[in-house]
Amino acid sequence: MINFGYKIQADRQVDYDAGNHRIFDFVRKSEPSIDWCMSCGTCASACTASASTEYSLCRLILNARRGMEDEILKSVYRCRFCGKCINACPRGVNTRNIVYLMQLAVTKISKHEI
Amino acid sequence: MKFDLFVLPFTLGVIFLLGYLGYKYATWFRGLNKSDRSKVISGFFSVRLFRAVNEIIMESLLHRNIFRRNRLLGFMHMSLAFGWFLLIAIGNLESRVYEPTSMNLPYVPIFFKFFNANPDAFPLHRVFSFTMDLLLLLVLGGVALAFLKRFFSKAYGMKRTTRLMLGDRLALTTLWLIFPLRLLAESFTSAVYGGGDFLTGTFGSFLGSFLPAANLYYPAWWAYSLSLGVFFLALPFSRYMHIPTEVVLILSRHFGLAEHAERTPFTEVEINSCSRCGVCLDACQLSFAGGVQNIQSTYQLKSIRYNSIQPTESFGCNMCGRCDNVCPVGIDISGIRMITRNELNGKVPDVSFAEQSMPHAHKSDVIYFAGCMTHQTPSIKKAMVSLLETAGVNYWFMDEWGGLCCGRPMMLAGHKAQADIMIEKNRKLIIESGARILVTSCPICYKVFAKEYNLNIRVMHHTQYLLELAESHKIRPGHLAGNAVYHDPCELSRDIKVYEEPRKLLGKMVQVKSNEFEKDNALCCGNSLANLSADNDIRRKVTEDAYIKMNASGSQYLVTSCPMCKKAFEKVADVEVKDIAELVVRSMQKSRSPVKASGLKVAHPVEVIAG
Ligand code: SF4
Ligand code: SF4
Ligand code: SF4
Ligand code: SF4
Repeated sequence: MINFGYKIQADRQVDYDAGNHRIFDFVRKSEPSIDWCMSCGTCASACTASASTEYSLCRLILNARRGMEDEILKSVYRCRFCGKCINACPRGVNTRNIVYLMQLAVTKISKHEI
Repeated sequence: MKFDLFVLPFTLGVIFLLGYLGYKYATWFRGLNKSDRSKVISGFFSVRLFRAVNEIIMESLLHRNIFRRNRLLGFMHMSLAFGWFLLIAIGNLESRVYEPTSMNLPYVPIFFKFFNANPDAFPLHRVFSFTMDLLLLLVLGGVALAFLKRFFSKAYGMKRTTRLMLGDRLALTTLWLIFPLRLLAESFTSAVYGGGDFLTGTFGSFLGSFLPAANLYYPAWWAYSLSLGVFFLALPFSRYMHIPTEVVLILSRHFGLAEHAERTPFTEVEINSCSRCGVCLDACQLSFAGGVQNIQSTYQLKSIRYNSIQPTESFGCNMCGRCDNVCPVGIDISGIRMITRNELNGKVPDVSFAEQSMPHAHKSDVIYFAGCMTHQTPSIKKAMVSLLETAGVNYWFMDEWGGLCCGRPMMLAGHKAQADIMIEKNRKLIIESGARILVTSCPICYKVFAKEYNLNIRVMHHTQYLLELAESHKIRPGHLAGNAVYHDPCELSRDIKVYEEPRKLLGKMVQVKSNEFEKDNALCCGNSLANLSADNDIRRKVTEDAYIKMNASGSQYLVTSCPMCKKAFEKVADVEVKDIAELVVRSMQKSRSPVKASGLKVAHPVEVIAG
């Protein structure tokens, strides 16, 4: 290849079809309020776990939307169910149930149920 | 020997039932851990046995607790259970009086009239046949009430009645048939051979006047025996398993058994003791206000028993404990729910989740732990800090930086193992501080501190602590105009029963108006952290209904002592909703007692140790 003195960067576009959306679909079936999330991050700013650990509910929901299962697995068990996010969320998302259902989905995946 | 083929269904049924129960209970007993097993063994040789027997008579036979809830329902259960028991007991006595010597097999008293069609020659015969007829009438009355209950459950104080399983149907049908068939068999026999008293005698001559009694009496005995046999066969697989198991439950409870964190044979005993009386259904706010009809205790216990429990059923309950409170059998439903939630989650992947660094412990006399929810209702923590400053307490605001969370929400979400990690971290800090008193503003935290932390220091909710400060004149609540309704938060009521302190403290400031829905009968605010599934709509319905029921409109304040309850009621109330600590501060300001400012800044530097 001719060296032009610069490299073409890897594609940084998010490919929504690349991920597996089964976790998101599973959650959404019982907790449709996940659709109301506008990724504002208010939940994470209120969150007990986010205050001092590598965890963000806002990101968790985004990762679920994008089907990034590895990322979900890394943080979905960090929530403490303290409920601060519910009080904080401006959209009335039933946040704790979303975390719980994601955990349930992870269990079901490990049992090959979904 | 007295024998006829028709006694076989009954006899086989009884043999099967006794064998099955013996096997089942023996398995449960073997499954107990060592200490529980020795509790049971020593219990049999102690005075506890007598107390247990007393309760068995009062509850299993007379159903005193159901009577207290509702007379008609109580009478129904009593006439069936006690009436049947007496029929068997007196029937046995009767047959032993008549045939003291001859071989008297267990089925003889049951089919006594068949084998002794006209016992006129026996002594005391009139007394016995009158008593037996009377008892049969009593039981038949119970059956009739049970039958009507299926159609008019409102009269029994029950708006909803339980749904039936197939196995239950079989047992229920045969149970309803047993006594009418006995009446028929005995009446036909009287019609043919004479005998019988006011019930069977009269009914017999009536039937005999237009039916061929001589041909019918033998088939009637067959039918009676068959219905008994099938009932006994179906019993262990139906809700009627509660009849023998409740006796085991009462014994075990008196011997000191209770629910543990994991499922034990005691859990099985409790699950099988639910009679599906349905009393818990009407206590449940999610049912009468929220419109949720699948999470209630009786359904829950049934699903657990048949291994068909769904996560949504288990996690959709407020854990308010109102059902525990009314259950006539006294089943520890909340304990069982916790176990189920943990079981449903199973073992979670081993991810570290609380690796965060913790602050240094500060030496102090008193620890103040606001709790997550209090941090989100800053007016409460500000009030508390003001009061602690005013009283000159040497305190440490342990979770000023936000805290790790007390661990109870984690437990409620069915993650006991993780909760234990959090508890251990907090516990270490509490002990290091050397404090003698731990005060919290959140009833959720209070409960877990008091019950799970195993602390050697006093754990107090701020209602209790503020009362102490007021009584030792360290703070001086003043008088406020008007009156207030006090709402008992779930986590401070039924289970822990912090009832008097808040009322006493409140009474120093305002007139406290009582209402029907307080203390043990307090209502959940609808905002319960225990409920994962309920959406905003359900929560709001529960809140609105509770607010109306407490009848706070027209008062000056609705006072509570839980940040979550405050948040819930603020959304629907047309009066001021205050935490008790806020009201204390206001009363002091109004009466010009000195109150120091809280001095809390908006954001706090997080003070952490590295690693
Ligand atoms: S419930 Fe979980 S996600 Fe929500 S604030 Fe608490 S720790 Fe964070
Ligand atoms: S606060 Fe609510 S809307 Fe905002 S990111 Fe969190 S869940 Fe989504
Ligand atoms: S849980 Fe208690 S109140 Fe509810 S149906 Fe069973 S026995 Fe009755
Ligand atoms: S604990 Fe409360 S919400 Fe749950 S079933 Fe019982 S009464 Fe209903």
